[in-house]
Amino acid sequence: MAERKGRPFNLKSQPGFTQIAWACVVFLYAPILVLIAFSFNENRSVVRWTEFSFDWYVSAFQNDGIRNAAIVSLKVATSATLIATTFATMAALATTRTAPFRGQGLAFGIINQPLMVPEIVTAVVTLSFFALVKQVTGLTGIGYLILAHTVFCIPFAYMPIRARLEDMNLTLEQAAADLYATPFRVFRRVTLPLMAPGILAGAMLAFVVSLDDVIITLMISGPGETTLPIYIFGQIRRGITPEINAVSTVLLGVSVLLVSSFFLIGRKKA
Amino acid sequence: MSTPDTHAQADAALRAAIRQREREAFRNRWLLLAPGVGLIACVGLLPLALTMIYSFLEPGTYGGVTWTFSTGAYEQFLFERDLFDETLLTFNPSYVIIFARSIFLALVATVGTLLVGYPTAYFIATRPRESRNLWLFLITLPFWTNLLIRTYAMLLIIRDEGLINAVLMGVGVVEQPVGILYTDFAVFLGLIYSFLPFMVLPVYASLEKLDFRLVEAAYDLYATRWRVLRRVIIPATRPGIVAGCILVFIPGLGAYITPELLGGGKKLMIGNMIALQFGTARNWPFGSAAALILMAMVVLMLVFLMRRGGRQVGHG
Repeated sequence: MAERKGRPFNLKSQPGFTQIAWACVVFLYAPILVLIAFSFNENRSVVRWTEFSFDWYVSAFQNDGIRNAAIVSLKVATSATLIATTFATMAALATTRTAPFRGQGLAFGIINQPLMVPEIVTAVVTLSFFALVKQVTGLTGIGYLILAHTVFCIPFAYMPIRARLEDMNLTLEQAAADLYATPFRVFRRVTLPLMAPGILAGAMLAFVVSLDDVIITLMISGPGETTLPIYIFGQIRRGITPEINAVSTVLLGVSVLLVSSFFLIGRKKA
Repeated sequence: MSTPDTHAQADAALRAAIRQREREAFRNRWLLLAPGVGLIACVGLLPLALTMIYSFLEPGTYGGVTWTFSTGAYEQFLFERDLFDETLLTFNPSYVIIFARSIFLALVATVGTLLVGYPTAYFIATRPRESRNLWLFLITLPFWTNLLIRTYAMLLIIRDEGLINAVLMGVGVVEQPVGILYTDFAVFLGLIYSFLPFMVLPVYASLEKLDFRLVEAAYDLYATRWRVLRRVIIPATRPGIVAGCILVFIPGLGAYITPELLGGGKKLMIGNMIALQFGTARNWPFGSAAALILMAMVVLMLVFLMRRGGRQVGHG
């Protein structure tokens, strides 16, 4: 009854929930902040703070292993993003703004399949499949890795594009068609510009999930196809150096930047 | 005069034209869908079928498989073949134990994320609109950052030389560092840390739709806070809770990075066990069988929960 004396009874509040929410945020961010802080530590130790420095970033940048891994990562993520976003855009155009058609549920199921299978299962299953394909065709190369990344990037690219299309107004396209624009022209001059933010958002998500993938890449990447997360994984198992903190911080920064822009794009309504 | 006839003809022609257009639209739709759906079917679904075949073959000496039919992979879950007498099978519980551990750890982590995530989602849902978006962003952001790096960050903190032990010893609570790393507790902590956003978001989504007039009505009828929470708010947000539990339990069950780094590779979960078969253990059929069993567990659980969820809606 004491609470009624001080302030009016708030029917939405529940005791302790505020504290738990704050604890949650601290729990989520404290480890990351510690990691970032120690990447700027001058000392070799990842335990005791001595002095601020950029030394570990410099040494990470000069490390050939890290540089090569970064190049592979960018190559794979860019290729996978381009293919996945194109396919996802086409699929989104086919599945939105239409009456239900035969096989629609099946198409949805297949597109979302990579999200429903545990990642480790996808990883070993893809490994078996690629091993067989390699045996039969004799083809090798980074194409396999790009293909595997493309598959799990498609649903991530598909979601925001589909959301954007569903919010879009049909009347503009109808108006263009009434003014004798050909279907292709309507698509190029009206539909595509309107859905562009969705496509950009989808591409960003695809890029982030490709850049961050560990398990699938770990299983199927061949020699010389070490991506940045795989490099980090190997180093952590061998022992901890502040250099890894520096690389991790950069990778975190890229993800945070992309995802923040994704949210900003999403706030502008169609 | 043939007026009715021409009418009928025109009608038929019109209907044929409409059918033609519908057919074209249908075809175009599938042409657009073909690359994406085709790729996922080939590189996502087809390999699953292949794995099913692999699980009934014999392991090759250097990895891979030899094409002889065998149910050995499935027998290996429960039995061990005698080294000297191939026909002698003895019960071997070690793989069953790994499965049980994984289910247990994933379950505990699900309950843990629910206990922490529900109040958090509730708190966010009751904020003013503007700060709500900021909170959601704060909770979502870690989900999009690298899971490996987050797990590594966790490892840095719970090590014997890490922040937690430094604080505990600094305050004088303990003399020696508390060994957290490489225990089940570390894996549990890591799983919660990894999958907390998966719980908060769906729960938030259903809390946001909660009609607070119901809560007001319950208070008017002299319900206590606890009773309102238990009898009004939680039942109304059940779909969100179920969705959150699915989203945490499934990746928790198949977790690989967390037990690998925080469990030290000794406290195996299903994920590590499967990866091991395709790595140093070189037993692809057994690994395939394990992957399929994991997959089957996930599918069964999804079907079970969806059917229950469906019935819930039916009652409403």
